[in-house]
Amino acid sequence: MAQGAESATARRRTRGTREPAMGREELLQAYRDMLLIRRFEEKAGQLYGMGLIGGFCHLYIGQEAVVVGMQMCLEPGDQVITSYRDHGHMLACGMEARGVMAELTGRIGGYSKGKGGSMHMFSREKGFYGGHGIVGAQVSLGTGLAFANWYRGNDNVCLTYFGEGASNQGQVYESFNLAALMKLPVVYIIENNKYGMGTSVERASASRDLSKNGAPWGIPGEQVNGMDVTAVKEAGERAVAHCREGKGPYLLEMKTYRYRGHSMSDPAKYRTREEVQRMREQSDPIETARRMLAEQGVGEAELRKVDDEVKAIVQDAADFAQQSPEPPESELWTDVLVEEAR
Amino acid sequence: MPRRTMIEAIRDALDVMMARDPRVVVFGEDVGYFGGVFRCTEGLQRKYGPSRCFDTPISESGIVGAAVGMAAYGLRPVAEIQFADYMYPGYDQIVSEAARLRYRSAGEFTAPLVVRMPCGGGIFGGQTHSQSPEALFTHVCGIKTVIPSNPHDAKGLLIASIEDEDPVIFLEPKRLYNGPFDGHPEKPAVPWSRHPLSETPEGHYTVPLGQAAVRREGAAVTVLAYGTMVHVAEAAAEETGVDAEILDLRTLVPLDIDAIVRSVRKTGRCVILHEATRTSGFGAELSAQVQERCFWHLEAPILRVTGWDTPYPHAQEWDYFPGAARVGRALRAAVEG
Ligand SMILES: Cc1ncc(C[n+]2csc(CCOP(=O)(O)OP(=O)(O)O)c2C)c(N)n1
Ligand SMILES: [Mg+2]
Repeated sequence: MAQGAESATARRRTRGTREPAMGREELLQAYRDMLLIRRFEEKAGQLYGMGLIGGFCHLYIGQEAVVVGMQMCLEPGDQVITSYRDHGHMLACGMEARGVMAELTGRIGGYSKGKGGSMHMFSREKGFYGGHGIVGAQVSLGTGLAFANWYRGNDNVCLTYFGEGASNQGQVYESFNLAALMKLPVVYIIENNKYGMGTSVERASASRDLSKNGAPWGIPGEQVNGMDVTAVKEAGERAVAHCREGKGPYLLEMKTYRYRGHSMSDPAKYRTREEVQRMREQSDPIETARRMLAEQGVGEAELRKVDDEVKAIVQDAADFAQQSPEPPESELWTDVLVEEAR
Repeated sequence: MPRRTMIEAIRDALDVMMARDPRVVVFGEDVGYFGGVFRCTEGLQRKYGPSRCFDTPISESGIVGAAVGMAAYGLRPVAEIQFADYMYPGYDQIVSEAARLRYRSAGEFTAPLVVRMPCGGGIFGGQTHSQSPEALFTHVCGIKTVIPSNPHDAKGLLIASIEDEDPVIFLEPKRLYNGPFDGHPEKPAVPWSRHPLSETPEGHYTVPLGQAAVRREGAAVTVLAYGTMVHVAEAAAEETGVDAEILDLRTLVPLDIDAIVRSVRKTGRCVILHEATRTSGFGAELSAQVQERCFWHLEAPILRVTGWDTPYPHAQEWDYFPGAARVGRALRAAVEG
């Protein structure tokens, strides 16, 4: 059953010759998708500040190019799985902003009916396998998703995202070994935003080049400028093609940065204000895309249209997330085990 | 006497022990440079240097496993697991190694370590920041399980745990870190400074493992509680007017069964509280032991008030949390039953 996708693989190989990283329309799409994540996260931050969102909430601001660039490499049926810093991934997968925001506010209209919260949302339809609060856990799960692809003999790939902090969990390397051993179609994406909570990568990893962390198992790896959506997509295409061709796992270390604290309750005292400021000013992924668009002749009016469209989606999501009712107590008792037909 | 929050009391216990005993090392995720996400280890790295207080990578299995090795070779490791919800990768090391080393080596090697972990709900943490896994430890022979309810006990129990010759799981109810919490989220938060048990002596003292404390004397019903639920029980007794005798167990293993039996024989009734899920919770063990020893003194069925048998939900936390109203209903039922 496995490895039965010869024709699809061959079909893709003929596509080989590559155009410039991104054309005008594609770049505009990437810009829009990144902006949607940025504005969504800013709104989530606001609602949190107003007390409408409680608990743990990890914003993706600064890292938008990673997930947007990678998503552009996917085909229907591919899977995405990530950690708790997941709102961006869900929006990039095409999940509704309304359902994501309503889960943050703990309402019945949320993707997990208020039972999961910010870190735990899923969509079979969109190929999004969560949202996982336990650091590193999703790396094994993503490897299993890739196994299922291999076993079914389809041509799909699983994108498995995790932080540089998570890359120190033992199960990451158990997964690497299994994936390499069985040549599973999984792209491991380390989102290296330099910090795992209050601990910088230098203080947590003896490895200085995380893209080499799969080397003992022969997993090819690359370091990628994760603040440039075109660079992300270009590397992503290579990684995904490698997997689709049946060559096994691939590792991408995305050099990126989170602007906000680890979660909403983090004063971020472990780094300087200047450091954050410098990253924002010099390598903001959205500003970079805006500049590239200008170079390609996209005018202010067109960009403003995108801005307005995004703003409307986010406002609608915020309204929905406040209007949707809280789940009734009875709802909290469901989905513990399979429900017997009554 | 100085007043401390639970966080300050824990930090002080670590400080006292690091100063007294060079074998004590303190480590965990964000524990060194950053001082811990709840600030329990703030300043310790600066004071004692990075070989005695250090950051670990995110690798709970490695953290606990390394602690076992350190302890076997004569150190006194105090490891922090950032939230009890994250201890599962290290659970194998706790159960298969720390708990069993003494037995399988016939006492040749032991693992006198402490694993501290914040536990419990009440902070909108959802399923990965709210769990109360004490029964997963009490079920394992070869480890001790401690859970303080106030700063005075936290300091004394932590020192006793570090000095103990066996592995100790030290559960810190995170909702109590900054003040007593009686299960009424709608009331303004009360700081520890207004609570008598925030008085913690300076320097070294211990609260011995295996001794419960009577928090409220009463004649009508015995309430067995620990951690946050001690404060909820006090509120419930006050609000219902039921003359409850409230026992703060403080350590679950070893258990002060004598104190429990004494009280239940006096009152003839027993209500057991915990935040953890109900089925196979520590309350089941307590109920069984009370029944075995106090059967002829019981005038009503033993009742339990616990978390639901569901994962900890994100929404509607105060439906899930066994608050003062739910406890109050059980107190009434017990005295009327
Ligand atoms: C098993 C486990 N250990 C610890 C934690 C607490 N924790 C949550 S996020 C985090 C830092 C993770 O950093 P990184 O992997 O770099 O991801 P980032 O937050 O930077 O996206 C830690 C220690 C957890 N959720 N799960
Ligand atoms: Mg990180």
